[in-house]
Amino acid sequence: MRFSPRPIRLTLRQQDALVGGLLVAPSLLIILAITLQPILSTFYLSFFEAPLGINLPRVFVGLSNYTGLLKDNIFWTTIGRTFYFMLVSVALELILGMAIAQLIHARPPGWKFLRISLIIPWAVPTIVSGAMWRWIYNADYGALNGLLFQLGLIKSYIPWLIDPVRAMNLVILADIWHTVPFVALVLQAALATLPPELEEAAAVDGATAWQRFWRIRLPLLRSSILVILIIRSVEAFRVFDIVYIITQGGPAFGTVTISYMTYLETFSYGHLGRGSALSFLISLITLAVAFIYIRILFRSGESAS
Amino acid sequence: MSRSKLLTRLALFGLTIPVLLFIYLPIAWLVISSTSTRAELLSKPAHWIPEAPSIQPYVDILFPGAEASDASKTFRPTLQNSLLVAASVTAVSLFFGSMAAYALVRITFRFRRIVLLSILGTRMIPEISLVIPLYVIAAQLRILNTPYVLIATYLGFALPFTIWLMAAFFESIPFELEDAARIDGCSRLGILFRVILPISTPGLISTALFVFLLSWDEFFFALIFTSTLAAKTVPVAIAEFTGRYVVDISGMMAGGVLAAIPPVVLALVFQRYIVRGLTAGAVKG
Repeated sequence: MRFSPRPIRLTLRQQDALVGGLLVAPSLLIILAITLQPILSTFYLSFFEAPLGINLPRVFVGLSNYTGLLKDNIFWTTIGRTFYFMLVSVALELILGMAIAQLIHARPPGWKFLRISLIIPWAVPTIVSGAMWRWIYNADYGALNGLLFQLGLIKSYIPWLIDPVRAMNLVILADIWHTVPFVALVLQAALATLPPELEEAAAVDGATAWQRFWRIRLPLLRSSILVILIIRSVEAFRVFDIVYIITQGGPAFGTVTISYMTYLETFSYGHLGRGSALSFLISLITLAVAFIYIRILFRSGESAS
Repeated sequence: MSRSKLLTRLALFGLTIPVLLFIYLPIAWLVISSTSTRAELLSKPAHWIPEAPSIQPYVDILFPGAEASDASKTFRPTLQNSLLVAASVTAVSLFFGSMAAYALVRITFRFRRIVLLSILGTRMIPEISLVIPLYVIAAQLRILNTPYVLIATYLGFALPFTIWLMAAFFESIPFELEDAARIDGCSRLGILFRVILPISTPGLISTALFVFLLSWDEFFFALIFTSTLAAKTVPVAIAEFTGRYVVDISGMMAGGVLAAIPPVVLALVFQRYIVRGLTAGAVKG
């Protein structure tokens, strides 16, 4: 018996769908394996009391990891501290980044050098920047003490990192140094795409530079600002690296953020279930923050059009 | 130029100076600390310009002798690990990511939109929510403390990022180009590899830069998944200068400078692509 395979005829559209699926498949599989599967396991694990270690017995505890956290004052203090870090650092980064972007856009002498210079702190690895600031803040030999003392601004060296609030603010300063360039570069690129005619017309009509900034430039930059806010807030809420290197959560747990708390619960205290519950809550809050911003983004997009 | 205009320009120029100081003073102190002797660094009042700047800390961490600190001895292998991991992630991510981005932007098929949105959505998931299950899987596969576990897990954030940037880039290529190639009998894959990718070099360069920088910078997974010189990366090595070992400030600062040189040089050489990539990635969102 002769078997002749019938040639499979696909329409151009079907061929396209096949090729499209094949092109997407490898990436999709990797992403599913590295993110979707683990996040589901984390969620599952958050209902167990599980010690750190492979093949150790796990006990189902229902929601008690979550209820335990929600009743824990340390959890709420940590959430508050993390929001403080996020709000203060993102707000300052946006204000400073916006100011620097306006400065570059005004094309003062040396603006090109300024723009190139911004790339450097942005490109320096986070851990290197953290190690550098930690050394600058050093109580006995740090450059901050040395500089302020020689300028006569302080009478004796100050142990900067022994006060929790001040330590947190100094971590924020280090974060600003590392991140303002990103905000400034994105905003100046967005500014360069704005049509100059609107502002020229407004200037002819007698609008001051201040009015032109608030009434014309800022509204036109709104979508760029919102995208920056989403990216930066999500990153700032899960801050870990810079806290780890500058303060290690100290003094007296005073700079422990929610990611750092999860790290301690999981890897120092070995409470895998509780750590999973915490990390799942971080994901939820991150999504909520992003969702709020996206709502604002779309609403403002509708009203603008 | 009128007098008031000149004054404005002068004032604006004056404003650039504090910004430049804020950028460069910490870096200057980093470089100075990396070339100073211990005695100078620990002097009071602070001693700013080293009397005899020396590259000894660099020699110590790149070619450690018997008397170099323990932390110094770990540095060079971690530099090699970082290079291997970042380069592999960049290559794999660019290859698969640009294929996926092309399909998602240019080929109509079912679930296209939902796939694109969920790929973007994964950027919202923090590393810490993934680390425990990934640790367990890596332990079962016996790849903990190898570069493979880092390459695999970094792809989890590198791929969505690549797809995002390349999708934005492909959208800017005119359709006519593809139509012409299709009429000439080119297949979809032929179009992608012979027409689209060659003219996408700027997009590929800027995406490669961002992915390389992200991988070079990554700390958390490296901290959790690696424990010896077999796989430790530079950020972990630098963090250890302060932790486990006796603090070797000039060594740590020299390590910091060396860790910063590859990304900073790349970013400065390709600065045009950086600004373009930031615009495509962030502004176009």
